[in-house]
Amino acid sequence: MENKTAAVKMRDITKRFGPTLANDKVWLDIYKGEILALLGENGSGKTTLMNMLSGIYFPDEGHIYINDEEVVIKSPKDAFDHGIGMIHQHFKLVDVLTAAENITLGLEEKLDLKAVSQRIKAICDNYGFEVDPNQKIYDMSVSQKQTVEIVKVLYRGADILILDEPTAVLTPQETDKLFAVLRNMRNDGKAIVIITHKMHEVEALSDRVAVLRHGQFVGDMLTSTTNAQEMTNMMVGHAVTLNIDRPEPVNPKPRIEVKNLTVRSMDGILKLDDVSFTANSGEILGIAGISGCGQKELLEAIAGLQPTEKGSICYVNDDGEAEELLGKDPLAIAEKGVALSFVPEDRLGMGLVGNMDLSDNMMLRSFRRGKSIFTDRKNPKKLAETVVKELEVNTPGISTPVRRLSGGNVQKVLVGREIANAPTVLLTAYAVRGLDINSSYTIYDLINRQKAKGVAVIYVGEDLDVLLELADRILVLCGGKVSGIVPGRGATKRDVGMMMTKLGGNKADE
Amino acid sequence: MFDIVAFIPRAIMQGIPLLFGSTGETLTEKSGNLNLGIAGIMYVGGICGVIGSFLYEQSLPSPDAINGFLAISIPLVCCLVGSLLMGLLYCFLTVTLRANQNVTGLAMTTFGVGFGNFFGGSLIKLSGAEVPSIALSATNAYFSKKLPFADDLGWFGEIFLSYGFLAYLAIIIALVVAYVLKHTRVGLHLRAVGENPNTADAAGINVNKYKYMATCIGAMIAGLGGLYYVMDYACGVWSNDAFGDRGWLAIALVIFTLWKPNIGVLASFLFGGLYILYIFLPTGTNLAVKELYKMIPYVVTIIVLIVTSMRNRREDQPPASLGLAYFREER
Amino acid sequence: MNKQNKEPLVHIVKRGAMPWYKAWAIRGIALVAALLLCAVITTVCTGLDPVKVYDTMIQGNFGSERKIWILLQNIAILLCISLAVTPAFKMKFWNIGAEGQVLAGGLAAAACMICLADKLSPAMLIVVICAAGVIGGAIWGFIPAFFKAKWNTNETLFTLMMNYVAMQLVAYFTIVWEVPKGSGKIGIINQSTELGWLPQIGDYKYLLNVLVVVAITVFVYIYMNYSKHGYELSVVGESERTARYVGIKVDRVIMRTMLLSGAICGVAGVLLVSGTDHTITTTISDGRGFTAVMVSWLAKFNPITMIFTSFLLVFMDRGAGEISTVFSLNQSFADILCGVIIFFIIGCEFFISYKLSFRKSEKADKTEAGEQSDADEKKEVKEDV
Repeated sequence: MENKTAAVKMRDITKRFGPTLANDKVWLDIYKGEILALLGENGSGKTTLMNMLSGIYFPDEGHIYINDEEVVIKSPKDAFDHGIGMIHQHFKLVDVLTAAENITLGLEEKLDLKAVSQRIKAICDNYGFEVDPNQKIYDMSVSQKQTVEIVKVLYRGADILILDEPTAVLTPQETDKLFAVLRNMRNDGKAIVIITHKMHEVEALSDRVAVLRHGQFVGDMLTSTTNAQEMTNMMVGHAVTLNIDRPEPVNPKPRIEVKNLTVRSMDGILKLDDVSFTANSGEILGIAGISGCGQKELLEAIAGLQPTEKGSICYVNDDGEAEELLGKDPLAIAEKGVALSFVPEDRLGMGLVGNMDLSDNMMLRSFRRGKSIFTDRKNPKKLAETVVKELEVNTPGISTPVRRLSGGNVQKVLVGREIANAPTVLLTAYAVRGLDINSSYTIYDLINRQKAKGVAVIYVGEDLDVLLELADRILVLCGGKVSGIVPGRGATKRDVGMMMTKLGGNKADE
Repeated sequence: MFDIVAFIPRAIMQGIPLLFGSTGETLTEKSGNLNLGIAGIMYVGGICGVIGSFLYEQSLPSPDAINGFLAISIPLVCCLVGSLLMGLLYCFLTVTLRANQNVTGLAMTTFGVGFGNFFGGSLIKLSGAEVPSIALSATNAYFSKKLPFADDLGWFGEIFLSYGFLAYLAIIIALVVAYVLKHTRVGLHLRAVGENPNTADAAGINVNKYKYMATCIGAMIAGLGGLYYVMDYACGVWSNDAFGDRGWLAIALVIFTLWKPNIGVLASFLFGGLYILYIFLPTGTNLAVKELYKMIPYVVTIIVLIVTSMRNRREDQPPASLGLAYFREER
Repeated sequence: MNKQNKEPLVHIVKRGAMPWYKAWAIRGIALVAALLLCAVITTVCTGLDPVKVYDTMIQGNFGSERKIWILLQNIAILLCISLAVTPAFKMKFWNIGAEGQVLAGGLAAAACMICLADKLSPAMLIVVICAAGVIGGAIWGFIPAFFKAKWNTNETLFTLMMNYVAMQLVAYFTIVWEVPKGSGKIGIINQSTELGWLPQIGDYKYLLNVLVVVAITVFVYIYMNYSKHGYELSVVGESERTARYVGIKVDRVIMRTMLLSGAICGVAGVLLVSGTDHTITTTISDGRGFTAVMVSWLAKFNPITMIFTSFLLVFMDRGAGEISTVFSLNQSFADILCGVIIFFIIGCEFFISYKLSFRKSEKADKTEAGEQSDADEKKEVKEDV
């Protein structure tokens, strides 16, 4: 490792967004033939720093050297010219165009889609990808889209590859495949930077780690000489414990009984196929599955937001009386104490209104209460104040638009509002999506407190490791079917991962 | 009897300004700019041509001294410059200053129509000329010159050859734009800008440049529609508000043709036909019915709109970021 | 690659919230700059003394009691239509069909005045006229909303086309009802009996209209800011997905809001037909359906601010109209001036949400950026004129 040559040197990079200092005099070296993991909490400036390398942002101060030559990167085009390619957390693909069209986007050569397809084939064969150049992006699964992104970068002959949370949407198997490809590229002599929150991935993949905290460079070290605990402490700035509590369920009783539920999407695709299970009070039921194989539909069906084809969903109250939820108004279901907090990919799309302030967002659930034709503004205001105080939401005030808050704080507001109504069933999906360790643990803690109160929690998560530590039972979905229900204690990642991709051993993922 | 040979040429002549307008607007919308000011731009294009041509004709000692090349190129250049400036203004406000596109567009329509009517009404007074009205018959003669043999080939000549050069230009431009959008790199990049400027930007495409270019060229094409209307269709006579609502119809055509200028060629002729259908339909003694016939193009548009929205195909949707301003560092 | 350090000269940054007084100061500067430019344009185009021109404009608006009343009447109607489109706009339903909705309301009112004048008692007739006008406008607003709600049909184009359909309907009935036959217009309806005319308060012909619109302003303000409906429609406007997620019936909200929007347009139609003109023509709304969009947007959908923005536009329009008459110019001059002012006002919003930072000089502070703005805009608009 000693003889590495630096592909990129960043010196004294500073970037401000209004009053906030996103990067403060950051120094960073990226070496050829090495995989660098860039770590840091949410808002520590990792993505901002990398965006300056890829030409999305322009640094306020500082210098960038590529192969020891100072360069100015003022647009993504400049970045390509210097061999830098970035794969963003939110894919930068045009939905209505084909894979080939997307890959050739931004290049100068004459448009010849046949030649493009051939080159794509060559790249795919080289690294073991599968891409149909003529497939439209909107017809693709997330992992296919990601493959297109990687091919796009390789097509431009990038030597410096930046990946921003590439595994957030992948199954364990897909992740392994991606890592194999990345190792291949490293051995080719390419410089690779990966941003991730998952410690085990850092340990499995990277050669070196660099840590940012509050926009400042804290330090770097070889992965082989450090461990998850040390890295986390560096990121947070003080010692943290990395264990998720899992208290034994107290007196679990059936709360939601789902039988033979079948759901079709608007365009007739089978989303849930004959799904049956029971969720108990005082218990966390984890739902695992590749993204887009029915989790969203399942939660929405329970919350009354999704038309169903057949089957039944029963709500069982404390006295053991069952009541059918299907066909009921979402409002009536919410009145029963069924709360849904779904954090979509863009975090704000559902559940919160970005341009409204905290107090107005608190009203979203409750504004219809009472007969008056006017809205009650006092209680939501109080609720907002409580949530801000209890969950330590970092905000200038309750009249700040939610859009201005950082991701972690937005999610705290969302989850905080849902549990404020003392629910009996808490449906939550991707509650820690994109959150750093500290914020994630606040959320896990919140969920565990609900469990202790006897709430039936249904938790859809993307991080299998967390699911295995948090959930009492895990329901695995595969292509809309129940692939199995396993106890959380004792289940292994490998088993669950297999169940996610194969139903009865032969059914492939979508 | 319904006189089809008389009807078709009139329908096409009605359709040509719409075709210019809709081709220009399609190009503009493909870049993500919803330019509701197209009506104003067409007015400005028309009046600028009229001003240029009027001043030229006035400067001549006698109408016979007119030079064919200048008679065509002066109004043409004036029209292009006028509409280009309108396009630049729109881009400056919406792209550089990121103003709301709907409001900017409506303001441009107010401004452009006012500009056209003001100069149309005051040109004679302002220039101190001694003529009763703006009638550019000499210029009109050049603009509406039919193709050779038009009169010799009977119905064929009547239907296919009897138009001024701008009419053929409109069709050529529409086909070229359609080709560029579908088969060239520039077109691919432009579509990407309109669909997802973030992605286009990350791919190294200069989003603002594409938006400026598409909108300004679009404005110039639309401006030609105004020029065609006065110089050819209206025989060189400018009368205030005569151009009417054609700018709005052009915008309607864009949606009607699902953002495809090549379909626009036929659709605009169809629209032109519907627009003048009331003249050809028998009314008997009841004049009021004629007013109901005039409703036809609008009702047809509504019906087509509803049917296409029911079919709801992915490819038939407007550019995804239409009407939205783009700021790279949006957080 | 290129070795020279070509750094971007000007760099745009989004700024945080700006204190309201600063924001209004920027708008004020833009307005003054716009008026100055208008003066220049006027002088260049007509060779008149700009001071005289502005004096004439003020005279045209406030010169006599009658003129003040006409000013108020025009503000009232424009404000009424602007209030009508505001809930829909807040919902991001781009209703540019106010023109047609006003016509539909007016047509329904006129139909009652003509056909029912001798069948109902005068008081009853007024009630029926008002109801018919409101329903007429509401139906015209409801039709595009229905298709938008069911099939997401493009509402911009739909409402636009509905304008023309309404216009042709009015044209049709104009010929059916024309007095005298062959004149092509209806003339004053019930001129001798004054049946179906909205009552006049005291000697003030327009006072009733003004009062009605004041009431509607208050109503819309409360509806938008304090009612559950108002809250629902702003959620739908911000994010349809969130609205669905919390159980708001989006299609119902769209249809309900457009019924209201159309109904208020219908009121404007009744005020015009039965309260002011006592006749109906295809141009009775006079482009105000489109102007209203600008009034509403310039005021950021705030009904109270809209009083000011509609005043501004009407003032310019009537002032420029006065110039045209006094100096015998074309009436359209007003449109040019209005356009210029609106360009400035919408352009200046940029300097409220963004600031320019100059790479080299650190001192580039906000005021400088502000001045830069006006210089830029002036250049741009001048090129155009």
